[in-house]
Amino acid sequence: MPPPDTETADLEKPMGGTSAVGVKVENLSKSFGSFDVLKGVTFDVQPGEIFVLMGPSGSGKSVLLKHVVGLELPSAGRVTIDGLDAAEPTTREKVRMALVFQAGALFNSLSVYDNLALYPREHRLAKESGIRDKVMRALQILSLEHAAQKQPSELSGGMRKRVAIARALVMEPQLMLYDEPTSELDPVMSATISEIIATLKEQYRVTSIVVSHDRELALGIANRVGILMGGKLAYLGSASALRQPQDGRIEEFLHPKIDLKNPRFKKLEN
Amino acid sequence: MNQLLRILEGIGSTVQLLLRAASYAPTLPRQFGRLIEQCYLIGYTTLPIVAILSFFIGSVLALQAGYSMQNFGAKQFIGALVGLSMARELGPVMVAILLTGRVGSAIAAELASMKVYQEVDALVTMNIPPARMLVLPRLAAVLLMMPVLTIIANLVGWFGGAIISSATSFIAIDPASYFATMRQQMEFSDVLNGLVKAEVFGFVIVLVCCNIGLNTRGGPREIGAAVTRAVVVSLILILVLDYFVTKALL
Repeated sequence: MPPPDTETADLEKPMGGTSAVGVKVENLSKSFGSFDVLKGVTFDVQPGEIFVLMGPSGSGKSVLLKHVVGLELPSAGRVTIDGLDAAEPTTREKVRMALVFQAGALFNSLSVYDNLALYPREHRLAKESGIRDKVMRALQILSLEHAAQKQPSELSGGMRKRVAIARALVMEPQLMLYDEPTSELDPVMSATISEIIATLKEQYRVTSIVVSHDRELALGIANRVGILMGGKLAYLGSASALRQPQDGRIEEFLHPKIDLKNPRFKKLEN
Repeated sequence: MNQLLRILEGIGSTVQLLLRAASYAPTLPRQFGRLIEQCYLIGYTTLPIVAILSFFIGSVLALQAGYSMQNFGAKQFIGALVGLSMARELGPVMVAILLTGRVGSAIAAELASMKVYQEVDALVTMNIPPARMLVLPRLAAVLLMMPVLTIIANLVGWFGGAIISSATSFIAIDPASYFATMRQQMEFSDVLNGLVKAEVFGFVIVLVCCNIGLNTRGGPREIGAAVTRAVVVSLILILVLDYFVTKALL
């Protein structure tokens, strides 16, 4: 791989130019054996919106996200993207969607540059010089130009997440999905990632669905928030209304108090 | 019953994978780089061990045959015996077994790791079919490399037998006589049969190992289990297929 020319990348030039899409989740249920993970979840995401899906661990957030990209098939109900069934493989051909995986899911045998170049190369979207421009522009947006020739194993957790976002950006997606983008990151890097997600939405008007535990992220960048609890949607509404939630379970989830005199695990034991 | 269902499920998913990979065959020319890379991994890196083992298998064959046949005054046929054994049976079977250990296990480990660490899911979301990018170049490469490896295994095995036949005092057959009886008793179809077997074995090994790797779920422990399963299933299939292909070619 020739060393990329960072001078040619133009930060102001939009990556996309495609229209954002809406997502509709209708009565979605999913069971693994006898375990019901999702129980009739219904909501929709408007084109260009940032929708943050929160919930305790094991509440089915990531499973729901996998239904949107067609990696899981529903037991009942359906997910549609611009009216197209997400479970159909042809939907991925018609709608460009990118999923930023929790651990990055970077291709370990490829350099950072080749990770980003894979999609345009495989789909023959441009000549090598055009691909180089796209890749370097995405790396510059995420401040990763210096990492282009590194292997994924040489990157820190925060860099891996940013590379994963950059790789998604090269796809010029209409729909961006993030699975726990700020998990395992320090507060400053979490804030940086949140800013990147919000900026991408503003610049490229991409529809974003973010699965996260991160309250600051949800309150800071979401247009709307959904909270999954026990496989059901316990809250669906604006982020601002979550600052003073009425539901005790949501209050406990968003603002848990550390009670050393009466710890939770003791209550569970009893 | 569950075991039977799992076997049937495995057969079904392997056939599905084969059909999917075959449907992407027209994309092979633009995956030329990957094809060459796989040819290197399957062919070139397996070559040294194939050569070493073939030499000693040919040598042992000559030694055992010479020891047994000296009592019947038939040791002049050692060349034919080594030649036919290597070409029709030991060459392709030995290369297939080495391929399973050297390449099949690596394929299963790599693809299982890619599956467990969601690299395969990432490909799917990027609308890059894993059957096209990960399976097709490997299948094509093994079809190209198996005949080459088998012919080299045969040649090295024959020469190993020739060296031992002339160097061992109780056999003492010079290389010219050794190769003369080999030429008299062997036909091109003997070599060809062996190559057909090798192609079948190689194709099945790579397909099975790809399928087991791509169907791995869980964590690092399952990667190890997938590799073990891929090797065991491949070895069983080599021996079972050996019988049926041999019977069909007789």
